[in-house]
Amino acid sequence: MSIRKSRNYFSPEYMSQQKGKDMGYGLHPLDDYLRKDRIPHIWCPGCGLGVVLSSFLRALENTGIPMEKTAVVSGIGCTGRVAGYLNIDSFHLTHGRAIPFATGLKIGNPHMMTTVFSGDGDLFAIGGNHFIHAARRNVDFNVICVNNFNFGMTGGQSGPTTPTEATTTTTPFGGFEHPFNLPGVAAGSGAVYVARWTTYHVEALINSLEEALNKKGFCFIEVLAPCPTGYGRRTGQKTGKDTMKYYRDNSRIEHGADPTKVSLDGGEIVVGKFVDRDAPTYQERRGEIFQAIRDKMGVK
Amino acid sequence: MKPGTYFMDGNTACAEAAIAVGCTFFASYPITPATEILERMALRFPEIHGSYLQMEDELASIAAIMGASWAGRKAMTSTSGPGFSLMMENYGFALMTETPCVIVNVMRGGPSTGLPTMVAQGDVMQTRWGTHGDVGVVVYCPASPQEMFDLTVEAFNTAEKYRLPVVLLSDAMVAHMTEKVVIPSKEELTVVDRKKPTTSPDDYLPYCPDEDLVPPMACAGEGFGIHVTGLTHDERGYPSVDEETQTYLVTRLINKIRKNSHDILRYEEYRTEDADVIVVAYGSVSRSAREAVDMAREEGMKVGMLRPVTIWPFPEDRIGELAINGLKAFLVAEINFGQMVYEVQRCTEGHCPTYLSPRMGGSIHTPEELVERLYGIYHHEGEEGAP
Repeated sequence: MSIRKSRNYFSPEYMSQQKGKDMGYGLHPLDDYLRKDRIPHIWCPGCGLGVVLSSFLRALENTGIPMEKTAVVSGIGCTGRVAGYLNIDSFHLTHGRAIPFATGLKIGNPHMMTTVFSGDGDLFAIGGNHFIHAARRNVDFNVICVNNFNFGMTGGQSGPTTPTEATTTTTPFGGFEHPFNLPGVAAGSGAVYVARWTTYHVEALINSLEEALNKKGFCFIEVLAPCPTGYGRRTGQKTGKDTMKYYRDNSRIEHGADPTKVSLDGGEIVVGKFVDRDAPTYQERRGEIFQAIRDKMGVK
Repeated sequence: MKPGTYFMDGNTACAEAAIAVGCTFFASYPITPATEILERMALRFPEIHGSYLQMEDELASIAAIMGASWAGRKAMTSTSGPGFSLMMENYGFALMTETPCVIVNVMRGGPSTGLPTMVAQGDVMQTRWGTHGDVGVVVYCPASPQEMFDLTVEAFNTAEKYRLPVVLLSDAMVAHMTEKVVIPSKEELTVVDRKKPTTSPDDYLPYCPDEDLVPPMACAGEGFGIHVTGLTHDERGYPSVDEETQTYLVTRLINKIRKNSHDILRYEEYRTEDADVIVVAYGSVSRSAREAVDMAREEGMKVGMLRPVTIWPFPEDRIGELAINGLKAFLVAEINFGQMVYEVQRCTEGHCPTYLSPRMGGSIHTPEELVERLYGIYHHEGEEGAP
């Protein structure tokens, strides 16, 4: 019996083998948004990331914002790889630092429609402090958090969103820490738009993303996504389909629900748009104050 | 500020230099003894239409200036040892992704929280090897408020020209010292901007270098659809996790500094032409060393000083040359337990002995103690048990 060698999708040999092959690229209406030479992607069968990515691209297309005025910033992890597949200005940062980088990018060039696309571990474990402060400042960009309840890229370790009793490679006897309630954290920190969906709620997710893209201020969308390889197979959802069924059977849509009362800990999933309010952004407030100073000083 | 002569402290001079050279983005976190830079920027940025951010920590500060750099801005952050330690990860990211920016580290006593308000020079090797992996770095070491101004300008120019994060390694003494500072006019000031691509977006390879090993830089929003990653990447900027790409990329990043060191390297020699013993000193200590050289000369000792202005790249050829040409000894004076001394030792290749005058932090060497040490070396070098 021969041992199957894992394929290096990034090797020049593999890439040259794929050249000229009809891989179906160009057949999908959203293909222009993707870097042709980076396909196929690294995500596992049954992963929810493709759904979130295509929902984001559909929302982006609906807004009509030109591609050259769009930037995506990602951190480390499976979701962190999103930036690399997009045919726009895209940045793949160090672990947890996507948000402060995006803060600099957006304030440095306010014309860029900036979105942070990253995972629950990246944004809320190693990057948690940056998240609450960006929300507090109300910097004008969007954060999409793909929550698969574990550290997927490193093979399924427990993280800040893992339900308390879930078994992972680092909680082999079941966990004992309480998970974060992400919409609660976002709303409590000052986000002006907070929503949660799952990869089962594609149309609602697209609408929500479109709303966030068009809205000024710090917008946060949590998307629950299956991770059969890292998480599902140890928690009774062996395939992506099992998790999708779980979402279908356990989700309840409640717009305007109190974001502090939508915790996820293995039971019911409350989805919907929880917060949608208006507040002056960091740039607006600063612009006003700085202008007043300039007027007082008599400088242009 | 208007050009002219001012009585100014080092930190203020640094902030004014950044503004003069076109820095319009500044992100930092308060820390002694670097806070005055942040305070000066907060005061001055409204009138220059700059973006100033007080971040939640130093991890965020350096990430924010990198973001601004990719948005096309000239960007700077300031910190001291503990914050600089936090920045090490993204210092590596900025080196790997060739992100031009300036990091000011005003050294204080360490390790750890150490001596927050007092001088030291313990971060010399951290600027060289603090981030993981092999890197080529550029670090300037100012010795006066005037140099805080001049070298901040130069740090920005080098960062833009060679596309990397440049460190201005100051110390608490120089940063808090108030002295005469001359601010030059716009015409007298050299301002270098990063190279922009001359090809169309379709033909543009973001990490394909020119002959000087520096790739032209397209920024976000310019229509090039760039991808930037800290992973080992090919000329397209795409991750390519294999040995060949790694070797090509890392070799270029190191050679970018090595092969251009004739342009980057800066050092000052003081009364070295006929010297038998040379003091190597940098930053605030070089001020004592200069005085010590004069005092020793008055006592008839042929002594000089070599002051690295860029501590990285290091003036290794010059030190080797001096060692071969019959120098009696080098004396390295630094406020640490010996960091640059090993570099000097390496460069002499055993042709002459290298001595260390260490200090643990808190104050600088006095000229008198350096003269005493020089006396011992000058008169007793080679004797048993000396100096």
